[in-house]
Amino acid sequence: MAVKVIIPTPLRAYADKQESVEVQAATVGEALSALTNKFGELKKHLYSDDGRLRSFVNVYVNDEDIRYLQKDQTNLREGDTISIVPSIAGGTRNLN
Amino acid sequence: MATKTGIPAAPPVAKAARTLSKDEVLRYSRHLIMPEVGMEGQLKLKQAKVLCIGTGGLGAPLGLYLAAAGVGRIGLVDFDSVDYTNLQRQILFGTSDVGRPKIEAASARLRNLNPEIQVDQFETRLTSENALDILRDYDIIVDGTDNFPTRYLVNDACVLLGKPNVYGSIFRFEGQITVFGYPGGPCYRCLYPEPPPPGLVPSCAEGGVLGVLPGIVGTIQAAETLKLIIGIGEALVGRLLLLDALAMKFRELRLRKNPECPVCGEHPTVTKLIDYAEFCGIRGEEAPMSETSVPEITPRELKSRLGI
Repeated sequence: MAVKVIIPTPLRAYADKQESVEVQAATVGEALSALTNKFGELKKHLYSDDGRLRSFVNVYVNDEDIRYLQKDQTNLREGDTISIVPSIAGGTRNLN
Repeated sequence: MATKTGIPAAPPVAKAARTLSKDEVLRYSRHLIMPEVGMEGQLKLKQAKVLCIGTGGLGAPLGLYLAAAGVGRIGLVDFDSVDYTNLQRQILFGTSDVGRPKIEAASARLRNLNPEIQVDQFETRLTSENALDILRDYDIIVDGTDNFPTRYLVNDACVLLGKPNVYGSIFRFEGQITVFGYPGGPCYRCLYPEPPPPGLVPSCAEGGVLGVLPGIVGTIQAAETLKLIIGIGEALVGRLLLLDALAMKFRELRLRKNPECPVCGEHPTVTKLIDYAEFCGIRGEEAPMSETSVPEITPRELKSRLGI
């Protein structure tokens, strides 16, 4: 089924500058695979070398964090929106 | 009244916070006529103590609105000086402030805006050694920093001290806002257990930021802070507000408290402040990203290197 994946600003450079991409997938894992197959450069930003989703990247289906659903096995429905939300730290200059 | 300069500001004689002076009644009249604030809410603001970490893009609008609203005591933490490139967004400062310590320029601006309030100055980097002592005296902490080590430090210190942390973060056209560390609510580590390795996520210095974006995010932080103090409305707890200023869309995601969180979970493993540079994979002087590609040195550093 068709779902929309919203690409966050810091990762748009690796997704042909698009703010969202539509993919066909039945689960979150399939949707992210479809996305990284389309945009190879995104892969290293989303997954660590051992293939796990990076701990500073959260994925939501609609407004719910997939860590509290069935993670990448979370089933999708037609029209769902997947959000990739990486941590960003911007503000003033470095204070540490 | 607090002194105009002087570091750090010595706590002045506590003002009677049970009443408002005639000048204050006039100054805050637009608050006082609202039933949601009124005299009771305004006195809560006057008694409140808020610490702003960073006086830059986020801290500027935040500090201005908190001071204007009559937050009785505002602490500012910053060690930087005003740079010409700051003026594009850091509206606390004017061109004549370039080169001046931010803390000094910011305090002067806030005191001029509202001489009724106390402004405390902490011209220092926030570190694992000083964070608890600096944060301890305040009711609410507002995080306006720009780097992961300080974000995790502020989070952990707030959780350890049981203080709400009004969080705002920006990148280019995108903002994230929420309130962490609220009783029963999630913390930053519930959302992001670990920081990204250095170099994988571009900083603002590399990525840039639309000048008005920290203004929007900082004023939302100010609004949340004022609501928490007065005790009205629905706090932005357990909700992550995302702003895309390019599409001009706000979205809201659910934030859950993670029972396995190393700081605020059921069995915490982080029970004191740690080395956050190491935690973020940063070693010593490699940490700060300069806003320009030209190596910089402060006069003070040069002086110490030259041994004079």
